[in-house]
Amino acid sequence: MSVAAPDIRRKLRVLADAAKFDASCASSGSKRSGGKGLGSTQGMGICHSYTPDGRCISLLKVLLTNVCVYDCAYCINRRSSDVERATFEPEELVRLTMDFYRRNYIEGLFLSSGIRKSADDTLLRMIEVARLLRERESFGGYIHLKAVAGASEALAQRAGLYADRVSVNIELPKDTDLQRLAPEKRSSQIEGSMSAIRSAIDESRSSRRRARAKPPRVAPAGQSTQMIIGATPAQDRDVLHTASRLYAHHRLRRVYYSAFSPIPHASLALPTKPAPLVREHRLYQADWLLRFYGFDVDEVTPSSAPALDLDIDPKLAWALAHRERFPVHLDTAPREMLLRVPGLGVRSVQRILSMRRQHKVTLESLRALRVPLRKVSPFIVTSDAHHGASQLLDRQDLRRRLLPATQLPLFGQTHG
Amino acid sequence: MAEIVFAPLQMGFSAWRDVARDCLAAGLEPSRVEWGAPQGLFSAFGVPKPEAPAPMPTVPRRFMQVARRVAHHRDDRRASTLYRVLWRLTHGEPRLLESAADPDVVELRTLDAQVRRSAHKTKAFVRFRKVEAEDGEHFVAWIQPDHPVLPLLGEFFAERFSDMRWSILSPDASLHYDGKSWSLGPGRPRSAAPTHDELEALWKTYYRAIFNPARVMVKAMTSEMPKRHWHTLPETSEIPGLLADSARRVDAMLAMPSAPEGPTAHALVSELDDLASLHEALSSCRGCELHEAATAPVPGRGSPHAPIVLVGEQPGDLEDRAGRPFVGPAGRELAQALEAAGLSHDEVYLTNAVKHFSYAPSGKRRLHSKPRATHIRACRPWLLAELERIRPRVVVCLGATAARALLGVEVRVMRDRGTPRACAWAPHALVTVHPAAALRAKDAGRAAELRAALRSDLARARALARGAPEKEVESS
Repeated sequence: MSVAAPDIRRKLRVLADAAKFDASCASSGSKRSGGKGLGSTQGMGICHSYTPDGRCISLLKVLLTNVCVYDCAYCINRRSSDVERATFEPEELVRLTMDFYRRNYIEGLFLSSGIRKSADDTLLRMIEVARLLRERESFGGYIHLKAVAGASEALAQRAGLYADRVSVNIELPKDTDLQRLAPEKRSSQIEGSMSAIRSAIDESRSSRRRARAKPPRVAPAGQSTQMIIGATPAQDRDVLHTASRLYAHHRLRRVYYSAFSPIPHASLALPTKPAPLVREHRLYQADWLLRFYGFDVDEVTPSSAPALDLDIDPKLAWALAHRERFPVHLDTAPREMLLRVPGLGVRSVQRILSMRRQHKVTLESLRALRVPLRKVSPFIVTSDAHHGASQLLDRQDLRRRLLPATQLPLFGQTHG
Repeated sequence: MAEIVFAPLQMGFSAWRDVARDCLAAGLEPSRVEWGAPQGLFSAFGVPKPEAPAPMPTVPRRFMQVARRVAHHRDDRRASTLYRVLWRLTHGEPRLLESAADPDVVELRTLDAQVRRSAHKTKAFVRFRKVEAEDGEHFVAWIQPDHPVLPLLGEFFAERFSDMRWSILSPDASLHYDGKSWSLGPGRPRSAAPTHDELEALWKTYYRAIFNPARVMVKAMTSEMPKRHWHTLPETSEIPGLLADSARRVDAMLAMPSAPEGPTAHALVSELDDLASLHEALSSCRGCELHEAATAPVPGRGSPHAPIVLVGEQPGDLEDRAGRPFVGPAGRELAQALEAAGLSHDEVYLTNAVKHFSYAPSGKRRLHSKPRATHIRACRPWLLAELERIRPRVVVCLGATAARALLGVEVRVMRDRGTPRACAWAPHALVTVHPAAALRAKDAGRAAELRAALRSDLARARALARGAPEKEVESS
């Protein structure tokens, strides 16, 4: 079998094209030092290249097959879609992964698949690819397996034996969305797989701590999922509620948000226009606030404002709506409150905390930290600031003043 | 003022450390040490060598970690910055690094961040090419890192590619691994590296396929993969082609028919079994963006039992305001042609391939603009639903847009007009000129020709509708 054979090229073209709508390409969160074979993973992933859509290429991201017996409206590979079909043999994928890895094109393999005969049959073949890579080729690079929704829990757990990361896509924010657009899928089933994977991970971790003869690690980089945004009327509040439930219940490492973008052979059940990419961006920012900044969903998207403000970031939006909590004094405020100041990131807060053990925090020192002063100053007090920043805080037009400069010329719609 | 001492400036941590230790032992304040000296002056102004090697004073571990990296910064100020911080750490400010806003600390952090980024990008951007040598395979890469960081990366690459023999060459230095351990060598020119690898075609295939043309963000790409690195990345040869092609691919994506067995709109409109409720459903159509600017969709008109359906392009300005097709100048032209062909009103049903008026505003006027493939595709389910309910004997495509909607893109009006063919929605389909063509003709002679063509084709349609002899019909 030659990898340069035209048939391999055709399969790669078809099956990479079919995988490009998957948002995740992360190769982080796992450490696997180089053993006797090829490959290693660091804690931090590496993006080996970037495509003109601005996205990183870290993994060889392909489907095992794009043949599918399901008919999910948002998916280019649904059975009623008229796309060119192809299927990799496990050996072909193993060869391709090794050859790409040896040239330093990739960090590893991200394998997903359409459902060929049954969910179990498909997942078995995917696991076979990972097993061959690990056991026969001694491959130490990164492997992400996308477990097929509806596969048996035992198989989903077995995938974790060979993969650094296992994921099951939640697909859409709400169960009713799934009923409408993905009739063969149920969120109960999807979350069933997630919880099976979580318990396998937990069990492996705790027994590795106790046992002398270490049992194999299960999915050391944890599990993740992906949600399509803007294909249904679900609000950001619904999206974030689902995400925070998944983080809490199944201890997911990441929830990826993917703005719906038009696909070839689109179903009419779908909107004809792409969801704005800025919405995806705001959701990631809100997600960050939930995970690292101590916010909860009701603060970021209260029931009175269930959609995120697209013009300003969610932390600034929260601060503008809660001016009574500001200004905060940088020399004395606790960490939790510093994290809530618009324009201060986790790292800046860390530096301020370490700095203020040495000396007072001044505007000058903030400038040295490259903190965006225009954004930060209305919300803070420093011992050297005499201009009374809180005056700004009371101004009605503060929101407009803080709009990113690039957005000012954007008024209304371009036509209509 | 105290005398300035020139200190030799070399790349790498241990070279810097040895000199810095001597400077420190000699009590040289940072302002007295000039790193890098004019040629030949080393001996005259060199750092005094202590009799016994001075021990390195205790400094925070973090400083050592940072210094090991910063010593590989390309800019000469690396040495003086490191020495200033070292001096202050050992002269009363042991916790200096915690003062994150201190100018020296900021400078140190900036240099460190640049080296780290360069090291990270070098890990990412190495592209090995396979060479078959007598003693087996050898993988060779050539790269131009922003900072001379290769010595920092030997361990990383040795661990990662532990079962290969490889070399990474750069103008500053080279790394080699023989299958057991890595070693550092001198800089090498690009010509020392192989120029191709058979896998690159496959890698480029992957690169093209994984790109999503619906979301082009060139700045996001170039900020992470700056153009100065493109010349050592084989896949970047694909970028200009991908960008040039992306708009067309998005259009083509949307223009593709929805599903192999027919339009998916079929499911949407199939419950409505009569024309009146079809027209009602049409009135709220938002299948494409044309509804935003147009007044309202213009449904077809005529008998639901008409044996002939005439399909035009799209409503014009008058039609858009009247809500009825073919009421403007082209409509008058068509009416005359129908009369000349001997067709009565209840024998024809008039409609358009696109139901909303597509126009470009020009002052107070709305200028007709040709509907795009996406509009034709979006609107097609309505046209097919009309044909399905009427089930005419003959469908006549007036002009290229209608022909394209029903018969595909290969049809050429002037070449194919008047020749009956079979189609899925009627026993006979005819293509002819649009009545507006005569109105836009460049001279009266041409207008007369086009009118005659329209009339004779409509007469043909009439004959077919009324049961023309079978032998006249050529099917394609």
